[in-house]
Amino acid sequence: MDLSAINPILLLASLMVAATPIILAAVGELIVERAGVLNLGVEGMMITGAVCGFIVAVNTGSPFLGFIGAAIGGAVLSLLFGFLTQFLLANQVATGLALTLFGLGLSALMGQNYIGIKAPEFPDWHIPLLGDIPVIGPIVFQHDPMVYVGLAIVVAVWAFLKFSRAGLVLRAVGENHEAAHALGYHVVRVRMLAIMFGGACAGLGGAYLSLVRVPQWTEGMTAGAGWIALAIVVFASWKPMRLLLGAYLFGGVTVLQLNLQAAGMAIPVEYLSMSPYLATIAVLVIMRSGRAPGSLGQSFHASR
Amino acid sequence: MLMLEKRPQPSKTWTLAAPILAVILTMICGGLLFAALGKAPLETIRTIFLDPLFSEFAWFYRPQLLIKGAPLALIAIGLSFGFRAGIWNIGAEGQYIVGAICGAAVGLAVYPTESIFIFPLMVIAGVLGGMLWALIPGILKVKFDTNEILVSLMLVYVAEQLLASMALSTLRNPEGMGFPGSRNLAKYDSASSWISENAGMHWGVVAAFIAVIFAYVTLSRHQFGFNVRLAGQSPRAARFAGVNPKLLVLVCMGISGGLAGAAGLFEVAGPAGQISIDFNVGYGFTAIIVAFLGRLHPIGILLAAGLMALTYIGGEIAQSNLGLPGAAIQLMQGMLLFFLLMVDVLTNYRVRFGKGATT
Repeated sequence: MDLSAINPILLLASLMVAATPIILAAVGELIVERAGVLNLGVEGMMITGAVCGFIVAVNTGSPFLGFIGAAIGGAVLSLLFGFLTQFLLANQVATGLALTLFGLGLSALMGQNYIGIKAPEFPDWHIPLLGDIPVIGPIVFQHDPMVYVGLAIVVAVWAFLKFSRAGLVLRAVGENHEAAHALGYHVVRVRMLAIMFGGACAGLGGAYLSLVRVPQWTEGMTAGAGWIALAIVVFASWKPMRLLLGAYLFGGVTVLQLNLQAAGMAIPVEYLSMSPYLATIAVLVIMRSGRAPGSLGQSFHASR
Repeated sequence: MLMLEKRPQPSKTWTLAAPILAVILTMICGGLLFAALGKAPLETIRTIFLDPLFSEFAWFYRPQLLIKGAPLALIAIGLSFGFRAGIWNIGAEGQYIVGAICGAAVGLAVYPTESIFIFPLMVIAGVLGGMLWALIPGILKVKFDTNEILVSLMLVYVAEQLLASMALSTLRNPEGMGFPGSRNLAKYDSASSWISENAGMHWGVVAAFIAVIFAYVTLSRHQFGFNVRLAGQSPRAARFAGVNPKLLVLVCMGISGGLAGAAGLFEVAGPAGQISIDFNVGYGFTAIIVAFLGRLHPIGILLAAGLMALTYIGGEIAQSNLGLPGAAIQLMQGMLLFFLLMVDVLTNYRVRFGKGATT
């Protein structure tokens, strides 16, 4: 094995790219869960976003429009979940699973004529001054725009939850929906908006895989990324900033094992490929998570 | 304005009618989907739901119904215990794979010895393999309070990599001229799970029927079944009644993992024949739909497994005869679960018209 073939700067730079789809999907789910809704359909919304984004980008030639299409696709699919759980009061765990199974089938059907096509080029930004700093420049400031969009969304979500009135209402709905309802807040409306935001973010994360990371469409290409995003929300104790830490940890393991594969380590490839999933389990075990939102996963029915 | 009013008790009529209505709605929506794909809707639906049973080639398809239905029923029966108690084992697909690997490994280790003890030993290994794989999330939940949904699902991806490694190196057929995949167990008399290949009968079918009867008796006549139902409906009441919630998690995970492992073993030693990279075809996930469609009730699960098997076989016929994409069938199966959850609102709630109907 030749460890010297691994370039630490490139490793850290690709870590940021590997973490981006997880960050996008996880920050959306974080808002959903803070509003008291457990949507296990992240994987399904991600893969639908991946295929919608790819189709739009290939047909228009613009990756930007692709990402917008992906966000819309993810949000529309999440409406299905919202309708079932908020208006028909269906079990959230079962509906989330159904959304994933449905999304996997839907994406396979939509994408069947797009297999083997290459996505349009999505150039990296070379941020003028900052990108020229040695070492830090290539690691942090020479990525494609979506890396920074992901980070911006995390910061925005953090500020929204901490400082804005709407964020306070959202947290109240998630902590105790009976009390929020008694105060006159529209529990179902808040939750529907949160669910749609989660769907749009998951869609963006999926499109990042099909347009930047891979960049191709293959069936089932998210390969559990949506589930890892769910795990990272738990790891982050429902706090936006800790979510970044979790996603970078995960990105680090992914990139490191890919590099070890390329360097020809003595461990068989299959065992290295397991490592991101095993790392996620380890993280779930080691990090005793904080308190979940009080009403998480419970249906709300205004009976009085 | 439509209002929902909670029923004091779930409606018995709707509990039975909801799955049937969901199937009808799926057929209608599926028909629209097929029409959108440019296929004749009625003909496609007939091909999927009726041709496997009544067409001139039905003699070929009917045994297939047993072959596809058995693993679905076996896994879904196991899952239904946990789902009733609010323990969500979503990783049956992984337990199915590991059961198949463990069972096949035993058979391959003693090849080519012939003995009547080999197959029972393989079954035991398969059950234990699946059980241990399911106990990982179970023990982690009990010890560290980790989420069993996420851990069991992560282990599916780990199991898939394990399967690839087994098929490519450890269990590869030494006489296979370098091709991936193990020896063919179905052609090794002592290890084959076939009873009659022409009738579609293998030991997995027998095991599925035994599991249905066993689950029915346990749930309706035994203390354990009562505890499971109680824990699902009211965890607090269950604790007061002396149900140990941790033990319940381990037992439910163990049962579902063991049955999924058994299903994997019967499949690898019969219909699939060998450990290969693409051995698993998603029975573990479809079984979740089967469990819900069957109302988590053993008899219901048996019927639901039959219906799901029908869509698999009918889907294959429609794929080869009408050029229907395979993903359309997958989409239809997902749609079925959606409609079921949607219609289920009628089981627990009464629909009232007009504002202020609720008091």
